[in-house]
Amino acid sequence: MDKKNSECHVIVVTSGKGGVGKTTTVANVSTSLAKMGYRVAVMDLDIGLKKLDLILGLENRVIYDIVQVIEGECTLKQALVRDKRFPELHMLPAAQTRNKDEITPEQVKDLCSQMRPDFDFVLIDCPAGIEQGFRNAIAAADQALVVTNPEVSAVRDADRIIGMLESAGFQDIKLIVNRIRPDMVRHGDMLSIEDLIEHLCIDLLGVVPEDRNVVVSTNRGEPIILNDRSSAALAFNNIARRIIGEEVEFPTFQDDSFWDRLRGLGRNLFSGR
Amino acid sequence: MFDLISKLFYRENMTSRDIAKERLRLVLVHDRSSSSPELLNALKEDLIRVIREYMEIDEDALVVDLANEEDAVALIANIPVKGFRRAVNQ
Repeated sequence: MDKKNSECHVIVVTSGKGGVGKTTTVANVSTSLAKMGYRVAVMDLDIGLKKLDLILGLENRVIYDIVQVIEGECTLKQALVRDKRFPELHMLPAAQTRNKDEITPEQVKDLCSQMRPDFDFVLIDCPAGIEQGFRNAIAAADQALVVTNPEVSAVRDADRIIGMLESAGFQDIKLIVNRIRPDMVRHGDMLSIEDLIEHLCIDLLGVVPEDRNVVVSTNRGEPIILNDRSSAALAFNNIARRIIGEEVEFPTFQDDSFWDRLRGLGRNLFSGR
Repeated sequence: MFDLISKLFYRENMTSRDIAKERLRLVLVHDRSSSSPELLNALKEDLIRVIREYMEIDEDALVVDLANEEDAVALIANIPVKGFRRAVNQ
């Protein structure tokens, strides 16, 4: 994909179940794309329960919100918050004191078509659930990313969401598995990526391991992708690279238990180099 | 009896990952079938079309449904037969 190309990609990030990491995914994947030089806008459609501004650390820069844009109180340009750390990243904030049913899918579509000429990517943070907020969020998107966790309740909701996306006509639906613990999978205490793919039958875009650094980054309002020692950061950067069409191998997560690492260290020490 | 014991024993030896996998499988079969009744209706119509070539059936009394058992989902079809077609073997 060429940078600054004429075609804009509108991607909705959704999950059904709440708390699986949609907003964290939106924040980090969009930051990663912006860091690569793409012009990126993130649209928070979780109206009434906004989080994206906090995860991105932009909560003090918000002046107007998406509902005010739609109601004509301000222009789109006035409402877009530009991230000073990543000049290509812009956020359209949700409204906190309004409801999801105060806007319509048509209005979101209108807004997106206004944004398309100015951006390479528009990422939409979809609220949890399958009601009006979900319908608003998917209305304008060309592609969908479904985020899930390796647990039965999250996968069940993901399955429902995939069904709804398919019947809404989506051709391009990809899966992101968040918060996996490879050690638990190895010990037979967590569903594996293969288990999930087998049931959901969609393409995998990324696997993000559980990582304490995510909590620390969220506390600070800094994207995790800036931390180059974090495994979650690597995973989010890989997702961004796959979105722009790069072939990026999936790590096997084989060697990350303490004993495995110790064994690896021993091998290196005694291998005679 | 032996069956039950071996089943309990088996279950005890299952990892929680295996149990999650099995629960997921069952719940998805159930969800998908109840979220798309069109699918069962389409199956019903196809069944009628095929069976009609071999026998006369009571199409209005035909029932096709999914039943949940403890660890399996079964497709249950109740198809009242009115009569057989005359065999055509020449």
